[in-house]
Amino acid sequence: MDRSPESLSWVQEKIFLGKTFREYLKSNLTLSNSIAALILIVAIPTMAYRFVRGLGPSTNLSDINPWGIWIGIDMLCGVAFAAGGFVMGTAFYILGLKEYRIFVRPAILTGFLGYLFAVVGLIFDLGRYYRLPYPMFVSFGVTSIMFLIAWHVALYLACQFVEWCPAIFEWLNMRKARQWFYRLAVGATIFGILLSTLHQSALGAIFLLAPGKLHPLWYSELIPLFFFVSAVTAGMSMVIVESSLSHRVFRNQVAHIDHGHFDRLTISLGKAASAVLLTYFALKIIGVAHSNSWNLLFTHYGYWFMFEILGFILLPAFLFAYGVRWKNVRVVRFTALLTVLGIILNRVNVCIIAFNWNAAVRYYPSWMEVVITLGIITLEILAFRWIVNRMPILYDHPKFESSH
Amino acid sequence: MLRKSKVRIAAMRMNRRKFLGRLAATGGAALLGRASQAIAIDNFPGYRDRYGVLVDTTLCIGCRRCEWACNEWNKLPNKPIKSFEDKTVFDTVRRTHAGTFTVVNRHIDSNDSKPVYVKKQCMHCEEPACVSACFVKAFRKTPEGAVVYDASVCVGCRYCMIVCPFDIPAFEYDEPLTPLVTKCTFCFDRISKEGGVPACVNICPVESLRFGRRADLIKLAHERIRNNPGKYINHVYGEHEVGGTSWLYLSAIPFDKIGLRTDLGRTIIPKLGKTFLTAVSVVLVSWPVLFTGLYVFSRMSSKSSRENMPSTKMKAGKDG
Repeated sequence: MDRSPESLSWVQEKIFLGKTFREYLKSNLTLSNSIAALILIVAIPTMAYRFVRGLGPSTNLSDINPWGIWIGIDMLCGVAFAAGGFVMGTAFYILGLKEYRIFVRPAILTGFLGYLFAVVGLIFDLGRYYRLPYPMFVSFGVTSIMFLIAWHVALYLACQFVEWCPAIFEWLNMRKARQWFYRLAVGATIFGILLSTLHQSALGAIFLLAPGKLHPLWYSELIPLFFFVSAVTAGMSMVIVESSLSHRVFRNQVAHIDHGHFDRLTISLGKAASAVLLTYFALKIIGVAHSNSWNLLFTHYGYWFMFEILGFILLPAFLFAYGVRWKNVRVVRFTALLTVLGIILNRVNVCIIAFNWNAAVRYYPSWMEVVITLGIITLEILAFRWIVNRMPILYDHPKFESSH
Repeated sequence: MLRKSKVRIAAMRMNRRKFLGRLAATGGAALLGRASQAIAIDNFPGYRDRYGVLVDTTLCIGCRRCEWACNEWNKLPNKPIKSFEDKTVFDTVRRTHAGTFTVVNRHIDSNDSKPVYVKKQCMHCEEPACVSACFVKAFRKTPEGAVVYDASVCVGCRYCMIVCPFDIPAFEYDEPLTPLVTKCTFCFDRISKEGGVPACVNICPVESLRFGRRADLIKLAHERIRNNPGKYINHVYGEHEVGGTSWLYLSAIPFDKIGLRTDLGRTIIPKLGKTFLTAVSVVLVSWPVLFTGLYVFSRMSSKSSRENMPSTKMKAGKDG
């Protein structure tokens, strides 16, 4: 490892962004950091409380409602939003859409962190979290869809780590390791596409086994396909949302990127998202037709269902098309956000609101569940920022050729 | 005792008939060869001598001694047997919880406003959803018919509770480090021994519960319906529900009025995930080919477009 020629120590250069410790601390006294600190001051003791006292005192989970927001939001939404990694990987590596290159690394990092923190959320939810590796090493329930998910998420995490490695070694200036992982990354991406297809849909397939509990408008034999296709829309929208935020927050890192070009790419992503959203909408309608639940559309749950599919699938599909037609990047960004919210709504509907819809006792999260979820999201954002501030994610490292 | 031995004899007769039928079927399968064997595997009718319990809700007096005996045998938190006579617990409809494997609920017959008492516990499905859903194989269907749980591998994901159509498995939420999923064991440690019956059946003072071979109990249930015209609903709950259950119910009023779901149908829940698991292998095999094809195609088209003109390609919708 060769160090930078300046008089800075390695720690100063790599960790403190070239500042002295005091300067670094001072630079961190910002509004966003104080909000994050505030959340974590509450969240971390709450997390400890969950582990010390157990799920009973800390959550509203019960025998009738065994899954709450840690599965519905942290796991199901977290994994869906992480789909950007495989969507961009497919576009760039497989379809050869080279102009999307600027999205690939951030998407892979978002993907990796998305999965990692989904697993973190899962650790809070599992009764015996320390047995998390059991399906891999101890006892194999091969008939279970959950078994598939466990393996795929573990393998996919490894894949995404490999994909992220070139950036780590560029940061550490380790040329050999970087070259090695750089070559490995393409293979990992392709393997990752396979894994993603399977477990994005598997997350939906979990609910195939609960026909008596999930409301018929959401329950469908097509639910694995719904989850997969909506994950593709989630991935694309998340790339738009995340990149436009990054371009604001990390302004100085993207100074080299032509804004007109960036906007054009955003719009073309919107075009793709529009097409996939329309596909998703068509599938949802086929789902209703397939189970012949038209008569349920005009019930309370039916209105809620239509609110979801009209307001968060069909509307964004048209808004994206509108934004593309009039080259309005603001509309595209807003629509991406709408789509992201729609995914949250869908996952929460499937896992919580439309689940056990006919049960006597309904679930709503306890404040501790909410605080822990917020804490996990905060940690994820901080981790993302920490990495982006140090590693070449948004830009090409000057010392390494970008021979993609 | 007399009745019990009668049942046994009936069982033997039944078994022999079944055995002969099975022999004929096997012979046929042997002649037809492999293909029909595969079909036969899917139609495995269950272990021949598996047990069941027939619950005749018209006989139950709601004494809740079965609850007491269950707690006693399974070393669950218990109270003196006297306190189980307290009728106020019937004011709310209860379900199984950690430390409670079985509960008796009271439902009111709307015709004569008489109470109907219904015992609830694990149904010990023929095709258990929990067994197929568990990703560490913590559940197992034994040849005796019991669905038993192995705490030593359980991760506590509670997927079994999500998929159980009868909402039976419960979780020790207040246990921070080693929470278990809890449910009725069918007193596996009793019934797996010669002559053993579940603790609840053993204590039932009115023989509302009847333990025996499942096949015999189904026959007995239909006999009771036939021999008492107008008394029962002409249906043995559990004979076909979700592919059949070990515990079977007879009732004088519709089953959905006594807390048993009638919308479950005959759907075998583990089968619902099978199509997906089949599709997984299809994707596993075909995706690499498909994506390699796409890759080659995109290489070719980008080469040809480079030769034509330096244009920016627009990307069309990409979906699965």
